[in-house]
Amino acid sequence: MAVRTLAGTSVGDTIGSRTIAVGRDTLVAYAAASGDQNPIHQDEQFARSVGLPDVIAHGMWTMGAAGSVVEEWAGDGGRVVEFGTRFTKPVVVPQDGGAIEVGGVVKAVDEQTRRATVELTATSGGDKVLGRCVAVVQLD
Amino acid sequence: MPVNADFVGRSYPPSGPYPVSAEAIAAFAAAVGSSDPVHSSSEAARAAGYAEVIAPPTFAVTIAQQCDAVFVQDPEAGIDYSRVVHGEQRFVHHRPITAGDEVLGTLTVDSVRAAGGHSMVTTRTELATSAGEALCTSTSTIVIRGGE
Repeated sequence: MAVRTLAGTSVGDTIGSRTIAVGRDTLVAYAAASGDQNPIHQDEQFARSVGLPDVIAHGMWTMGAAGSVVEEWAGDGGRVVEFGTRFTKPVVVPQDGGAIEVGGVVKAVDEQTRRATVELTATSGGDKVLGRCVAVVQLD
Repeated sequence: MPVNADFVGRSYPPSGPYPVSAEAIAAFAAAVGSSDPVHSSSEAARAAGYAEVIAPPTFAVTIAQQCDAVFVQDPEAGIDYSRVVHGEQRFVHHRPITAGDEVLGTLTVDSVRAAGGHSMVTTRTELATSAGEALCTSTSTIVIRGGE
């Protein structure tokens, strides 16, 4: 992948959007890879017993998936130097799977540090699932 | 039971070392749908200027959450983990976490506050190599839902 350059980046540039599928198998894989085995992310009966509508995705899976979209835009996964978000709504994952939609826009470009600030949006079923989701990318 | 505000400002001794393997990085990258080969191929990582495969930007949470455990599982802290949801998360990377790193994490409780019947706790974990090289500052806010 080619690393994104300062010369090739402007305020207002858009990223995505991309639709990312999330199935129960995705959450089992994320639980194993992250060590977060909370049953609300795998067990429908348990999730309902604590008042959730169904199994929900790990917030950190959603953030990680949004991060993958930024990585791809940056052209190098090591270029995402800052990344933060609020978790505003859960991503519900029914038996037959769900999806999130991730997009972004360049809000600022700092020519001194060669860094771009990207604001991301992530929605699922029309609900905004990440809030104030901002990544800073080190450009070439 | 409310969260114990006496913990604010408390710093714990470094925990770890947590060894970072290429396999763990590749599995995490696959789980979040990152196809960048710097996470799975030594060759691609070296071509991009890294010593070995590097972790995706949110991988640090897997180590930070192990460091948090000493606080969130301390009965004195008063955190009912069955009522916890993740509120906010932020990473500032100093250099990418790389396969072969031995990571130490130093946890500080930054704030404990009440809002609308809930408690919000912000912790910060400074991740560094066992040789002292700074890797990542991970800041996490958990919300402990109020209730009966």
